[in-house]
Amino acid sequence: MSRSPLPRIAVLSQLPKALTGIDGLDEITEGGLPQGRPTLVCGSAGCGKTLLGVEFLVRGILDYDEPGVLMTFEETAAELTANVASLGFDLVQLQTDKKLRLDHVHVDRSEIDEAGEYDLEGLFIRLGYAIDTIGAKRVVLDTIESLFSGFPNEAVLRSEIRRLFRWLKDKGVTTVITAERGDGTLTRQGLEEYVSDCVILLDNRVIDQITTRRLRIVKYRGSTHGTNEYPYIITEEGISVLPVTSLKLEHSVSNEIVSTGVADLDAMFMRGGLYRGSSVLVTGTAGTAKTTLGAAFALEACRRGERCLIFAFEESPAQLLRNMASVGLDLAPFVESGQLLIEASRPTISGLERHLVTVHKLIGRFKPQSVVIDPISNLVSVGSISEVSSMLTRLVDFLKVEGITALFTALIGSSHGQEMGEDGISSLVDVWIHVRDLEGIGERNRGVSILKARGMAHSNQVREFVVTAQGIRLLDVLVGPAGIITGASRLAQGMQEQAQALADQQETERRDRELERKRRVLEATIANLRTEFESVEEELRRVMSEEEERQLTLRQDRRQLGQNFSTRPAAGPNGSAE
Amino acid sequence: MDDLLPADTTPAPEYVLELYITGATPNSTRAVRNLKDICERYLAGRYELLIIDIYQQPELAQQAQIIAAPTLVKKRPGLIRWLVGDLSDRPRVLRLLGLEA
Repeated sequence: MSRSPLPRIAVLSQLPKALTGIDGLDEITEGGLPQGRPTLVCGSAGCGKTLLGVEFLVRGILDYDEPGVLMTFEETAAELTANVASLGFDLVQLQTDKKLRLDHVHVDRSEIDEAGEYDLEGLFIRLGYAIDTIGAKRVVLDTIESLFSGFPNEAVLRSEIRRLFRWLKDKGVTTVITAERGDGTLTRQGLEEYVSDCVILLDNRVIDQITTRRLRIVKYRGSTHGTNEYPYIITEEGISVLPVTSLKLEHSVSNEIVSTGVADLDAMFMRGGLYRGSSVLVTGTAGTAKTTLGAAFALEACRRGERCLIFAFEESPAQLLRNMASVGLDLAPFVESGQLLIEASRPTISGLERHLVTVHKLIGRFKPQSVVIDPISNLVSVGSISEVSSMLTRLVDFLKVEGITALFTALIGSSHGQEMGEDGISSLVDVWIHVRDLEGIGERNRGVSILKARGMAHSNQVREFVVTAQGIRLLDVLVGPAGIITGASRLAQGMQEQAQALADQQETERRDRELERKRRVLEATIANLRTEFESVEEELRRVMSEEEERQLTLRQDRRQLGQNFSTRPAAGPNGSAE
Repeated sequence: MDDLLPADTTPAPEYVLELYITGATPNSTRAVRNLKDICERYLAGRYELLIIDIYQQPELAQQAQIIAAPTLVKKRPGLIRWLVGDLSDRPRVLRLLGLEA
């Protein structure tokens, strides 16, 4: 029993929806338009209201096998057919297949006169007939407001239009009603009063000479929906509402490591590179070799045998190839083999969302494993920072969902640039590499550091790097008394160290000599003492031998004396004889 | 249901009128009555009138560009014109048909 209430609620809250088949719209509406109910699509001229309606019908026929009726009040069937043919919609064929019925309602004030009471039953009959003959499930009324220009009796029109919507609802057809945007109101004739189930607002805005089309769901009774303004564009394949994928954060991740293309840089990451499918942001001031880093990344990807796509917003492909070849990054062979595609365009050529769609489309077609966008900061020239960051959010999400390793470069200026990096997309990317100028003592050098790397320990050092004819090389860290040392200081430091070594050596030598001298002095002293000792010894010996001799002489003398005294009685040798 | 009412069999009637109605709704009934009255009074012998019930023949509604009901389509003389309503505004109908003095 505990489980039964939950599904019942789910069933109740689940409004049946009809998939539109329009790129992105079904995601935003969470499943399409309310099935069997009218939806109002309003917008100013040139928004693509008619196109949205036609695409809704055509996709319904082709993808969901739901025949449709298109009742136009403005364009004739022939005009409309011609207009949408460029999008690949073959209305004639669909009509022949009895899947589509076109009915152009000709409304001309000059040909219609009122003479008494009437209703719009004629319209009902036409519509009903069209629906019944092909079993239509979808109906589009393209700008029903045109009726107001043909019939002066507004009260009748209003009640009839209200009845029409009610009738369509009873018939259970999913209806799209387009209407022109009015001043301060959603539609000129206030149709939103009659269509209360779902209202979609299309908007066409020109900001800084660049047109951006946006779609917003004003209301959707009985359903949750995306509430933001979503940019959409009209492509050669119809309407494409963005984002396609960025409503959720549920992409899978890879544990595989790929190289950045610079071996020394890889070494700064604990795992020796980037996770596959991660997004890398390379920021830096002008001329800090961001593009070169990007190219190195692309080259490495190609060498791994992957397909790589470069979006260049600053350089033409030829220029990029030449410039990169000059630093030993030879991309040309991979371009020829079709492994590498360079798509170059000026950011200002179109609005942001078109860029995004171009990126989507190309990625969909080329299926790369790596993508380089150089530089994203240039897109700011097309939109505001918030718009760019929202576009990039979608882009990063899209790339992540696709599992594509992406490298973006961004120019950080002194003024607005920092925001671009920090508030803009740094929170979206997984790895942030910052390249900067280390300026001092009359020169600039490049230093690279890793600001962040999600899920991986990384070096905290600022490494100097040089762009050589063989590519990018990171120099060993040289730490001086005042921090790390680069460039000329690096040389100066080297020389200083050499001089110091020489001085040290000389000092040692001096000490050695001193010691030697001391030793010699000592030795001389020792020799002196020894000589002195010898002379003393000799003297002593001489004295001793003299004494011995004296003793000997003395004894001989005594013996002689004894012999002399033997004639006399022996007495004491001395005096006793007295 | 075609309801051809030729008052005369002269080859080309001056007035060619088509009245599109929706069954027996009050407006339609009134329109038929009003129109017949006008025709007999002002156009006797000079008109050809076709009354079409678009409930019965819905496919004709599209061909004739019918939006409102009832609608009187004046095909001749002059430019084609649509008169919508039950035709109870007789002076207006007459003026639009070019029958007033």
